Amino acid sequence: MAFTLTVNGKTHDVDVEPETPLLWVLRDTIGLTGTKYGCGVAQCGACTVHVDGQPTKACNVNAASVVGKKVTTIEGLSPDSSHPVQKAWIEHTVPQCGYCQSGQIMAAVALLRKSPNPTDREIDAAMADNICRCGTYAQIREAIQTAAKLGAA
Amino acid sequence: MGKIEMNISRRTFIRSTLATGGGLMIGFHLPGSEAQAAPVLAEAWKAPVDGVEINAWLTIDAKGQVTIRCPHTEMGQGGMTSVATLVAEELDVPWQNVNCVLADANRFVTRGQEYKDMSTGGSNLVRNRHPHIMQAGASARERLKEAAAKAWGVDRSKVEAKQGVLTSGDKKGTYGEFATAAAAVTLAEEPKIKKYKDWWLLGKDTPRMDVAHKVNGSAIYPIDVRVPGMVYAAVKASPVPGGKLKSFNFEAIKNRPGVIAAIELKQTKTKLQNADMRSAIVVVADSFYRAKTALDLMPVEWDLGPGADNSYEKMNGLARELMNQEGKHAEEVRGDPRPILAKGGKVVTGDYARPYECHVPMGTPACVANVTPERVDIWSFTQNVAATLLMAADQSGRNPKDVFVHGVYQSGAFGLGNAIDVVRQAVEVSKQIGKPVKLIWTREENILQARSRPPIWAKFEATIGDDGLPTAMLARAVGESEVPDYADRGIANMSYKVPHYRYERQVVPTNIPVGPNRAPGNNNNGFTIESYVDEMALAGGWDPLEWRLKMTEGNEPWQRVLKRLKEVSGFTTKLPKGRGMGIAVVESHGSVVGACATVEVTRRGALNIEKILIVSNTGYCINPRAAKEQVYGSCAWELSHAMYGGLTLQGGRFQNINFDTYKLLRMPDMPSIESVFDMSENNWWGGFGETAGPPTPPAVANAIFFATGKRIRTTPIIKHDLSWA
Repeated sequence: MAFTLTVNGKTHDVDVEPETPLLWVLRDTIGLTGTKYGCGVAQCGACTVHVDGQPTKACNVNAASVVGKKVTTIEGLSPDSSHPVQKAWIEHTVPQCGYCQSGQIMAAVALLRKSPNPTDREIDAAMADNICRCGTYAQIREAIQTAAKLGAA
Repeated sequence: MGKIEMNISRRTFIRSTLATGGGLMIGFHLPGSEAQAAPVLAEAWKAPVDGVEINAWLTIDAKGQVTIRCPHTEMGQGGMTSVATLVAEELDVPWQNVNCVLADANRFVTRGQEYKDMSTGGSNLVRNRHPHIMQAGASARERLKEAAAKAWGVDRSKVEAKQGVLTSGDKKGTYGEFATAAAAVTLAEEPKIKKYKDWWLLGKDTPRMDVAHKVNGSAIYPIDVRVPGMVYAAVKASPVPGGKLKSFNFEAIKNRPGVIAAIELKQTKTKLQNADMRSAIVVVADSFYRAKTALDLMPVEWDLGPGADNSYEKMNGLARELMNQEGKHAEEVRGDPRPILAKGGKVVTGDYARPYECHVPMGTPACVANVTPERVDIWSFTQNVAATLLMAADQSGRNPKDVFVHGVYQSGAFGLGNAIDVVRQAVEVSKQIGKPVKLIWTREENILQARSRPPIWAKFEATIGDDGLPTAMLARAVGESEVPDYADRGIANMSYKVPHYRYERQVVPTNIPVGPNRAPGNNNNGFTIESYVDEMALAGGWDPLEWRLKMTEGNEPWQRVLKRLKEVSGFTTKLPKGRGMGIAVVESHGSVVGACATVEVTRRGALNIEKILIVSNTGYCINPRAAKEQVYGSCAWELSHAMYGGLTLQGGRFQNINFDTYKLLRMPDMPSIESVFDMSENNWWGGFGETAGPPTPPAVANAIFFATGKRIRTTPIIKHDLSWA
């Protein structure tokens, strides 16, 4: 089925089965590989993107269901890694292997939009859906606090 | 080899891949010839660097920009930064002028193994390879000096090389100016590498170089690589390791959208080793989602083999019987304790077990292979590009000189990248269908196919003397049949000097392949031995920290860690019930690392790990900041398995094969961690990549004992009732 998706402000005509998860359309059809596959069952958060500003697991959303909505991926966050969350991530050298970090960053951006000065408890709750095997959780907490100071919201 | 059924009628995939790939395709180059296959060209995240090659390890361009080639994988452990700082230290060049790229495996294999070794693991990179890595930088520096000395008509000893500038009297030039001449210099004698006291870059906090690529989606992992005309493959191996494919029905799926072929992969050897290919079935399609969906729908029958009778319950039952019998493998480490134990008296026994665990790196294993008549190109999940190259050459039947393994970031690896057949699978599929292919393991396949971390059982028995210290001790470990000697690590060579100590090992059979997993052996055994040590100490009326100090007298690295733990942790056994502190120390991968955990347990049994303090003694440390990050990471790694992990083995296969059922540590569970370094600095280099993990679970378990009176003997801890009255 052919339909049109709006990703990072650009429209893309795609022709896939409508039930194809957004994740694979982003990666394989549109070619935006910053959004990662981790589990395919909405348990790890590596595929977190924003759909109309809401953090969404792209592996668990049918591509056809986001027609007419605005999808933002890590590539669309800023053209030059200048988003305060990205800057904070660099300052705290958060990523190790880095594979989960697109999802972590997208989750953090959504949190800071909702709660510009989050408490540690709010951070823990908002980030609980995102697994990091390298164990960068402590650095993520610190970086979110730094991003809040930088005015990420 | 194998059976292939191809869907000739469906050719539309070529069009759709090209149509959608075009402008968004990641811009790596497919090198056309060996000369162009310089490693920098294969790097998606680096612009090609023009420069003069001083030696295999580095190039310098006219502006003095240095590009250092890292022969080891970058999997989040800071491998590139480690290699670059080791070389730059000796070269003496401003850090901002340093670039790093992943080195070329083809060159390594075909030109005399200039990097000595391209494997990555065992926390070996810095501790065991720093001499030859630093040597490469020192040698380049001396050759630059020699080039300047010749040009200026002075002796090399009169030339100084510092921060990218060569000087001698009033003569001055940059490394960039002398790079070409330096490349032609042969030294009569190689220089010696610097001593610790002379470091200017090493020993300082250097932010890891790979971070910037990992905050914007531009870092390329094997799963992200796209090649023109590429198709996608989903794979299923026998869910019961050791099983064989009996049949599959391609007819049932051949008309599904995008489906191209189904390919049987045949097991290559009777007894599978590390990265040998096992029996599997692959579906190829024009997108991964289509390939995976079709594979899930295709009727497949397996001959599961004798492994299907295996279960953890069965292994556990046998292991617990064997624990009480004399081990087949026995080492009398310090005299025979058995006559003393037979006399009775005050005897303390304790038995412990830990289950199978999987690495589950966040990125599942994936490999892109392009087998053409001329050459083979590979982008693969791996911890050793040279080994991967040889495997690809073997599988494709090509000369290694025609095989190119390109550098990509690794999406975590944790040992899995040293024991995996994903490259063989991808090469075989590409060879058979004659197209570049991206083969991806789903998370479920990852857990089913991985060489898992083995389980362990251990029983200890000791006689306590009048001074409360053990006089004789017998340790009996039970490992599994695939790699039984993982069971020995840290137990057979226990650091506590019990006067009479004997180690025995038994083995239970299994069908599950196992392999390295962050601090292999020690990750399990640290829990068994360090939990038992607390039992022994308390039975003799000793404070656990004082007991460890007493039993390691004269062992400087251990004494240093224990004394520092005592000083910093405020360890006490006297907290009110419901709160507890626990300590543990494990020596592994050349390092001694202690942990102190502070926990709170409610009467109803809710556990809160408030803090974990880690004291590391690894001798020298080249980058405290990166080292601390590894401390945090390996601490979280072990905590994850100890608290939530455990693979359920039933019917010869793992049952909890995705994150909904195989639970991992998440942000709310991450305790506050404090990392302290206390280094012996006596010409000793220890490992950092995994050494803070092993002492963490026993420190937590020992703390739980003080909080609740309950001794944790198995993991995951979450399965225990911790309530107390």
